[in-house]
Amino acid sequence: MAIKPQEKASPRGAQKHHVGHLDKSRGWLRHHLEVAVQAFIRLTVTPVATFMTLAVLAIALALPGFLFTVVNNVQQFSSGWDTNPRIMLYLDASVSDARAEQLSLQLMLHDGLSGVELIDREQGLREFASYSEFAGMLSLLDTNPLPAVILVLPADHQASALQQLQGELEAIPEVSEAVLDLEWIQRLNAYLLMAERFSWVLSGLLALAVLLVVGNTIRMTLESRRDEIVVAKLVGATDAWVRRPFLYSGFWYGLIGSLFAYVLVQLSLYLITGPANQLAQLYSSSFMLQGLDLTSGLILVSTGTGLGVLGGFLSTGRHLREIEPS
Amino acid sequence: MAAIRFSNVGKRYEGGFDALTGVDFTLESGEMAFLTGHSGAGKSTLLKLIMLMERASRGQVQVGDQDLNSLSRREIPQHRRRIGVVFQNHHLLFDRSVFDNVALPLQIAGYDPQDAARRVRAALDKVGLLMREKQNPIALSSGEQQRVGIARAIVNKPSVLLADEPTGNLDPELSEGVMRLFEQFNRIGTTVLIASHDISLIERMRRRTLVLRGGRLVADGY
Repeated sequence: MAIKPQEKASPRGAQKHHVGHLDKSRGWLRHHLEVAVQAFIRLTVTPVATFMTLAVLAIALALPGFLFTVVNNVQQFSSGWDTNPRIMLYLDASVSDARAEQLSLQLMLHDGLSGVELIDREQGLREFASYSEFAGMLSLLDTNPLPAVILVLPADHQASALQQLQGELEAIPEVSEAVLDLEWIQRLNAYLLMAERFSWVLSGLLALAVLLVVGNTIRMTLESRRDEIVVAKLVGATDAWVRRPFLYSGFWYGLIGSLFAYVLVQLSLYLITGPANQLAQLYSSSFMLQGLDLTSGLILVSTGTGLGVLGGFLSTGRHLREIEPS
Repeated sequence: MAAIRFSNVGKRYEGGFDALTGVDFTLESGEMAFLTGHSGAGKSTLLKLIMLMERASRGQVQVGDQDLNSLSRREIPQHRRRIGVVFQNHHLLFDRSVFDNVALPLQIAGYDPQDAARRVRAALDKVGLLMREKQNPIALSSGEQQRVGIARAIVNKPSVLLADEPTGNLDPELSEGVMRLFEQFNRIGTTVLIASHDISLIERMRRRTLVLRGGRLVADGY
């Protein structure tokens, strides 16, 4: 049953139609929604191929996510420590507790020091016993084998001043050894910086991989829909209209791939939580391994989704001009 | 008012081949005309210039009051929406129903689905294929496929309807039917230009006929 379209104020029927602005924006939204759903359905038509692509994307996105999380964790782990340089003065075993106390008081008056802390032999033993697995062995010994330690914080942090101070303190007769406790923190920080830089480089490369994978996958579907594109362009489709389904394909690839990546990262972190916490305990740290928090998770997912859309955009750009009706 | 105006139009393809040379004619709004000539005479090129599948190398093509030379690439889609085109090889999509094929131009133009459905059915009714809307066009005969193509060309009521060899694959009886359809659309005010080399059919229609030979317009009359 045909319904005759009612034409307004048109004595000769074939006038061009007008689509109102409101209609247009509503139509635009509706088209987006339709295209998004269709693009998703199209992914499910070839489940194996889609899964393979998603797996590659997930791995490519999970690697940098994982690296950043690890670097982040190590940074957090080490930030618990004072990065101010300090010097440990190991006293001779023969020095009495009283003398050690006296010495620490003398050092407090030293101009070059901003802080002094005495860890006497008893305290040293207690700390050792509480943190070390060798605690049991200590009870086998008759006497406390640990020396008293005076921990001093130098006021001047310059390397040359520190070394001079170290020499000066080591010259004190009661001090058997003065250890400048700085280098390893500096090294750790340098390692961390390198690891972070490395993560960025790797992320860049893997982002490129994501673009290529999405781009190539979409390029193949583009070929198979060539007829549709030609006909659509002949009846007045804009480039944006033609491009839209492919952008949504990229969107879904990116979104689902990065959600998979998120799960992968959390899973990998879960696997190393046990050993990591054990390690932290050995360093007498209250550190707990952190997974991807909400912000990092959002960054991962939005980056992945963005890369997917960009991949779709790039792969259609050149082809849109190639598939001109001829 | 002129619906289509060619002013000294030339089209030279890469390699120096002149498909059209110095073509001058005006098709008034609401007119129906045939464009004929041997294959290679420039019929298809002339149609392509009108819908901006190609651009003129020389001269001026005007559709309505629009000079096509001044249209940028971005403005081409909007221009094409004002023109309905029927192709010899139909250009139908076999991954969707007859209805969806005809609805495509409306979808692209952003019509409301209910409004679009109404217009699609009206167009299918005009070409006598309303009962076939749910079928895949691949299941239709060649003549029916051509009518689906016509329904798609007229569904958004274009002011200009072009047809490139619309009866090329049809027997005389079906061709006659297709021509009657074009006459119907012309009667309600659509400007119609049909490229065809079917001389006997053209003679029977008794319409204005433009004859191309070697890219030049050599005759224009009834």
